[in-house]
Amino acid sequence: MSGAGGPSHFARIVPIMPVSSPVPDPRGRFGPFGGRYIPETLVRALDQLAEQYAAANRDPSFRAELEELYRNYVGRPSPLYHARRLSRKVGGAQIYLKREDLNHTGSHKINNTLGQALLTMRMGKRRVIAETGAGQHGVATATACAHFGLECVVYMGEEDIRRQRPNVFSMRLLGAEVRPVGSGSRTLRDAINEAMRDWMSSVETTHYCLGSVMGPHPFPVMVRDFQSVIGREAREQCLDQLGRLPDLIVACVGGGSNAGGIFFPFIDDKQVALLGVEAGGRSTRPGDHAAPLNFGRPGILHGSYSYVMQDDDGQTCPVHSISAGLDYPGVGPEHSYWKEIGRASYATASDDEVLEAFDVLARTEGIIAALESSHAVAKAIDEAARRPADQIVLVNLSGRGDKDAAEIARLRGVEF
Amino acid sequence: MSSIDRLFERLRAQRRKALMPFVTAGDPDLDFTEQLIGRLANRGATMFEVGLPYSDPIADGPVIQASYTRALDRGVRLDDILATLGRLAPRIETPLVTMGSYAIIHRYGPAAFVAEAKAAGVAGAIVPDLPVEESDELAAICRREDFSLIQLITPTTPPDRARRIAEKTTGFIYYVSVTGITGERNKLPPALVDQVAWLREQTPLPICIGFGISRPEHVRALAPVADGLIVGSAIVRRVAQAGERPRNEVLSEIEQYVGELLAEVN
Ligand SMILES: Cc1ncc(COP(=O)(O)O)c(C=O)c1O
Repeated sequence: MSGAGGPSHFARIVPIMPVSSPVPDPRGRFGPFGGRYIPETLVRALDQLAEQYAAANRDPSFRAELEELYRNYVGRPSPLYHARRLSRKVGGAQIYLKREDLNHTGSHKINNTLGQALLTMRMGKRRVIAETGAGQHGVATATACAHFGLECVVYMGEEDIRRQRPNVFSMRLLGAEVRPVGSGSRTLRDAINEAMRDWMSSVETTHYCLGSVMGPHPFPVMVRDFQSVIGREAREQCLDQLGRLPDLIVACVGGGSNAGGIFFPFIDDKQVALLGVEAGGRSTRPGDHAAPLNFGRPGILHGSYSYVMQDDDGQTCPVHSISAGLDYPGVGPEHSYWKEIGRASYATASDDEVLEAFDVLARTEGIIAALESSHAVAKAIDEAARRPADQIVLVNLSGRGDKDAAEIARLRGVEF
Repeated sequence: MSSIDRLFERLRAQRRKALMPFVTAGDPDLDFTEQLIGRLANRGATMFEVGLPYSDPIADGPVIQASYTRALDRGVRLDDILATLGRLAPRIETPLVTMGSYAIIHRYGPAAFVAEAKAAGVAGAIVPDLPVEESDELAAICRREDFSLIQLITPTTPPDRARRIAEKTTGFIYYVSVTGITGERNKLPPALVDQVAWLREQTPLPICIGFGISRPEHVRALAPVADGLIVGSAIVRRVAQAGERPRNEVLSEIEQYVGELLAEVN
């Protein structure tokens, strides 16, 4: 076993270009999903972004710079960790955690924001805007902007500002302006609307750093590629440390970037099952969850065609999740495609199951996971319990849970 | 030839320009929408853009967003909007076009939408989040039904692309005056007149300018270069008062405002 570490080993596992993939097509279609449903005003900027991204992908210096940041600034590769006490407690398959929570800024979001900030520099733009739900993408964007000296504005729903306070303060410490969004449900969806409206006016000088594998082409493919460093490392680490690939990979799905990032490098490994976990919320009734792949249908939202919670008139439905990062009525188009072709399956974890998984992981392993990631932990526990001890279940632990402590205390009526 | 084509043919022969109010359907309710369109038609408005309320509009500023929210909060449905337009259309000679997200049209079914809208007397559609690359399916249906599909060109549209969009457009071209969202502006970009003049050399289609237009002096300055002008937020802002004030008063005020703009347009 070589272990995860040395620079030469690392250089091998980080190339930005993904394995060859038949999707998306040049217009951003993953089968029928994806595309570009946005105002004409934004088309040129998206075309330029797609061109710049393709050029950067071919440019060894871009890749070298990003790899260097991943290594020395983010702290990659993130460890693959055998959760032995958790596995023993569950009494089934072996549970391994891909520790994205240990990245700088505490989640996988930084993998994407550094890539997009580098592109912003290449495009000669000086201002970056972003939306955020849990605040993790906002913090990661503010961090990347501070690193490069870019101006940063983050849109965040008022409800999310309330429940993710620590991240709001961090963003301000990092020099970003946080603009509260009071329209609609005052959550992630409304923050995206506001960021897009800002971009409508500022598109010539501003880059929109979208935080997940969603939105108009080229965002879904570009963000997937940046995040697929997770899966490439994990694949290599499994082969190195375990001598084989996992039987199942589990990741939570909000927009779908941490799931897409870990799934994608395993897409051709047909023996590896892929399970995405959406927010099951309070119940399966409309409005009580945020699980479009489970309970929605294909429609258009925020620039792409994908599964969405939408009524018969095409209006977006209210959704709910205990976790701000999953509280979103849509999902990235590649997940709709993987669902349709049967390559991945998608389940839900309820708010209560998530809180329980959060506690179990904290007490058996000493890891406080983000509520988003705790959705994946909850389903991984269920799946592992049903499998024999020689199987391997790999969980993408997408983020750490410090940001959620106050909200969990409030939910439990604990004085904090 | 759709009723929009006939309208612009007539206007061009008379050397007249169109003034096109934008009205959000169902704000504050469909009854008001029906009265407002009826009265503005009598007052001489040339064509109407009927906004289909949408939960997540990204090309719209706060005024039109708020009108969509008011309408949706009262539970307005697309079928009810089309029924209202179906009652209204035979009473007025003014063509109606819808302005609404493709999210709505896709969910309804593009073929069903065009069929039902046409049956209600609607002459065409503006779909602000359906760029030309994504519009083939809807465009084919519209062509079959002689229903205009009005595409948008903006200041960020490169020249080649503008020509390509013009080729795919029917009815008229919607030229967006600003790089931005809907909403009243004090001043419009100085380059606007030249941009529209350039576009005119690329296409025989009528060109209407929208976004930001609110003042009589805007109309005076732009009417000579365009075939028509579209006024949205300035009207919707006045409609917003219909909740608190006597409706007749609000209707009269809007009528008077549109009258002032009409006086400038020709
Ligand atoms: C830790 C963490 N995991 C997951 C998500 C969900 O996003 P995605 O599905 O794009 O990974 C978020 C979003 O805020 C997050 O903060």
